[in-house]
Amino acid sequence: MKKYVIIGNGTAAVGCIEGIRTLDKDGKITVISAENHHIYSRPLISYYLEGKTDLQKMKYRGDGFYKDNGCNVIYGKTAVSIDPEKKTVTLDDGEKVDYDELCVAAGSRPFVPPFEGLETVTQKFGFMTLDDALSLEKALTNNSRVLIVGAGLIGLKCAEGIAERVKEITVCDLAGRVLSSILDDDCAPVVQRRLEDNGIKFLLSDSVVKFDGDKAYMKSGKTVEFDILVLAVGVRANSELVKQAGGEVNRGVIINEKSGTSIKNVYAAGDCAEGCDFLLGSNRVLAILPNAYMQGRAAGVNMAGGDAVYDNAMPMNSIGFFGLHIMTAGCYDGEMTEEKTEAGIKRFFEKDGYLRGFMIIGPTDRAGIYTSLIRNKTPLSEIDADFTKKVASSSIFSSEIRRKKFGGVV
Amino acid sequence: MKRVYVNEEWCLGCHLCEYNCAFANSGLSDMAYALKDKKIFPRIHVEGDDKITFAVSCRHCEDPICVKSCIAGAISKKDGVVKIDREKCVGCLTCILVCPYGALAPGENGTMQKCELCLDNTCGAPACVKGCPNRAIVYEERSEAE
Repeated sequence: MKKYVIIGNGTAAVGCIEGIRTLDKDGKITVISAENHHIYSRPLISYYLEGKTDLQKMKYRGDGFYKDNGCNVIYGKTAVSIDPEKKTVTLDDGEKVDYDELCVAAGSRPFVPPFEGLETVTQKFGFMTLDDALSLEKALTNNSRVLIVGAGLIGLKCAEGIAERVKEITVCDLAGRVLSSILDDDCAPVVQRRLEDNGIKFLLSDSVVKFDGDKAYMKSGKTVEFDILVLAVGVRANSELVKQAGGEVNRGVIINEKSGTSIKNVYAAGDCAEGCDFLLGSNRVLAILPNAYMQGRAAGVNMAGGDAVYDNAMPMNSIGFFGLHIMTAGCYDGEMTEEKTEAGIKRFFEKDGYLRGFMIIGPTDRAGIYTSLIRNKTPLSEIDADFTKKVASSSIFSSEIRRKKFGGVV
Repeated sequence: MKRVYVNEEWCLGCHLCEYNCAFANSGLSDMAYALKDKKIFPRIHVEGDDKITFAVSCRHCEDPICVKSCIAGAISKKDGVVKIDREKCVGCLTCILVCPYGALAPGENGTMQKCELCLDNTCGAPACVKGCPNRAIVYEERSEAE
C-alpha cells in the first residue's frame, strides 16, 4: 500500500487527494496542515467579513471529506524539512513522516517590505488566511480607521469585505492604478471609481516611508492616521522546503506539466509552485485557485501511478467589487479591440489570428466562451469575425462546431 | 446518462423553454402566478441571431471545469449531474469565466444557477424539453458526438 504525504491543506491539497483517489482507493494519505482548520476556501475570507458566507459554508469540501477519502490530517504542525533519500518529511516537533509519493502544496505567505517603524504599529494584520480574517474581525469597530497597503486583489477584497464595518478605509499602492497586475490604465480607474463611490479612499503612486504608532508618513508628504493596518503588498511562494532538499526553485518550486519537481517522487502544486503558462511558453507562479486545484489534481493522479498532464494553465480572474464584475484572462499582447457600451467595457487582445487575452468590466455574461477561444487556441478565422462586437454567444461558431458542442457528450 | 441535446435547425426561438424552466424551478404550482409580470431567471437560454437560434443549458461535462474552478467549492458532480450549492456560492462568477458553453447565469439574488435536469424539482425530467413545441431540444442518451 502506497504512502502519500501532502504538505499543505488548501485547494491544491484537495485536488491532489481527489486525484489520488481516482486511481488508488486504498493508499494511505497523510495531510500536514499548519492551520488548525478543516479545508476552507481561502478567497472567501473577505466574503466572510462581508457576511456573505459563514465558517460552515466556506468549507471547500464537506465535513466528511477527509474521512471519506481516507486521509489522516495532522493539524497545527509544519513541515520543516524533506529528506528525498530516506523519503521522509520532518515536522516542527521532530516527528518524521515517511512517504512513497510527496506533494508540496505549501502555498504562499505575505511579503512584507522592511518598513521603517513597522514595529511601532500595534494593530497590524495580513489578509491571507482564515485566522488573519478572524483576528482582523476582532480588532474592527465602527470607529476604526483602516489603512490597507496594497491595491491588488487581496487588498481590495479586504476593503470591500470590511467597508460596512469600519469608519474609514484608505488604500495606498506604489502603482499608479488599482489591480495593476490584471487591469490597464484605462480599465483600472473604472473599478477605482466604484470603490470610491463606496467610501474607499486611495493614495496611488504613493508609498509608506515610515510608520510611527498610528501614523503613516507617505512619500508624497501626506500623513495617514489609522487604527488598523492591513498589509497586502504581495506574496512569496513557500518554496524553501524543496530548495533545501535540493530541488529546482525559481520564484516558486519549478514543476513540469505533470506537476513533478526535479526531485523524484516529489510533486508540487498551487501557490508555491511555478508551472508553465502555456500562452507565454514559460514558467510563472499562477497564484489562482483553479490553477491550484488542477496542478494538485494532476499531481495526485501521477502520484498514484496515472498519467495526467495539465498543460494549459493561464492567468484568469473573476472578481467583483460592490456589484461591478471584472473578468480577465490570458495575456495582453497583440492588437487590442475595444467594445464600449452602456453595460461596460470589453477589451480583446489578438495576435497572429488567435485571441490571446481579454479584460471585461461589466458585461461578463458567458465570458467563458472567450476564455475557451484562448485556451483551445481557436483560429479566429474559424469563427464569426465580428465576435468581439457581439454579446458572448456560441452563435460565433459554425453550425458544425455547435452541433458537436450541444449535440454530443462533452 | 441522459442529457439535454440541441437540434438547432428546429429551434423556433420561441423562448418557451426558458419559461418552463423558470416555472419548474419556482416551486409554485400556478404558472401565471409564478411568472406573470416577473423578470425570469431561467437555467436555459435561447441564443442566436437573425439566422439561427438555439437553447443552451449545462452540458454536464464528463470533466467539468466549473467544478475544478469554483472558488467556494460550491459546484460538484454526482451521478453524472453537475450541481451547485447556492448556499455556498458567493457570486464571484468564476464559473462563468471558465464554462466554454456559457451555460451558467446568476439567479435573482446574485448566486449562480444552472440546469440540474429538473431531477430535484417536482418535474423529475427537464421541463424545457417537455414543453418544447418542435423537439429542438431532446432529453436522451447519446454515446458520442452525433
